[in-house]
Amino acid sequence: MTTISNFIPPIIVAQVAFWFMVVLTLVGAVIAVTLPKIVHNILGLALSMFGVAGIYLYLGSQFVAVMQLLIYVGAICVTYIFAIMLSPPLEWDVPKKRKTRMIAALIVSVGAFIVMVQMITSFNWGPGTNLTRDWTIKTLGQQLLTRYFLVFELISLLLAIAIIGAIMIASYHQKRD
Amino acid sequence: MEQLITYLILGALMFCIGIFGILQHITLIGMLISTELILNGAALNFMAFNMFLSKDAAVGQVFTLFIMGLAAAETAIALSIIITIYRRFREIKPDSVTELKG
Repeated sequence: MTTISNFIPPIIVAQVAFWFMVVLTLVGAVIAVTLPKIVHNILGLALSMFGVAGIYLYLGSQFVAVMQLLIYVGAICVTYIFAIMLSPPLEWDVPKKRKTRMIAALIVSVGAFIVMVQMITSFNWGPGTNLTRDWTIKTLGQQLLTRYFLVFELISLLLAIAIIGAIMIASYHQKRD
Repeated sequence: MEQLITYLILGALMFCIGIFGILQHITLIGMLISTELILNGAALNFMAFNMFLSKDAAVGQVFTLFIMGLAAAETAIALSIIITIYRRFREIKPDSVTELKG
């Protein structure tokens, strides 16, 4: 059977795939914030989340990568698209972006990025740990239900409250009519 | 690819793109999309620290899962608020919804 690793060494394939994911993430993020139409922004967000899921695979956690795909691409982006498709079309024309606002935003974000990179590169992070790593889903599930049980319960409670609150808020105005 | 700094800079870049989006978008939904980018930058940092520095292999992953749950809850609440605002004001530009301003 001929695979791609017969011609190119696997380490180079891995490198190329990693940088492809990085480029996918950044391109998706830029699409998500710059294009004027909201549906395009949402599709850019989905692209970016897909790239981040790929990077999570490189960070060794299959479970979190699959959860990223399921929750962000599968649930959050679809929720946005539903909210847009179900609401009536807006009458206002797409307004022109104010130049000053854009320039100010650019200055603030580039400044923040420069400060962050300075902090990241100046700090000595020290050697990584050499412990044996157990990344399997089984371990994660056991930890989640024993040591981190409070976190698990908090997420459940938070999601329940959020669902009830969202329904209450969205149906509040209809009742008064 | 096997350096901590690569992931940290990628996370910082996503965070700053998100800040740029929040500041320059004119609609509420656009701002919400940028918030997701900011949350993802933070989650990427947690996963990178978990891989390279942490002694406990699960804590970063658990925190990332917690961030995902928070993002889902935030999306549901914020979208319902935006829909209510749209019904009330016929408008989703944050500059023109100023009735609650003190």
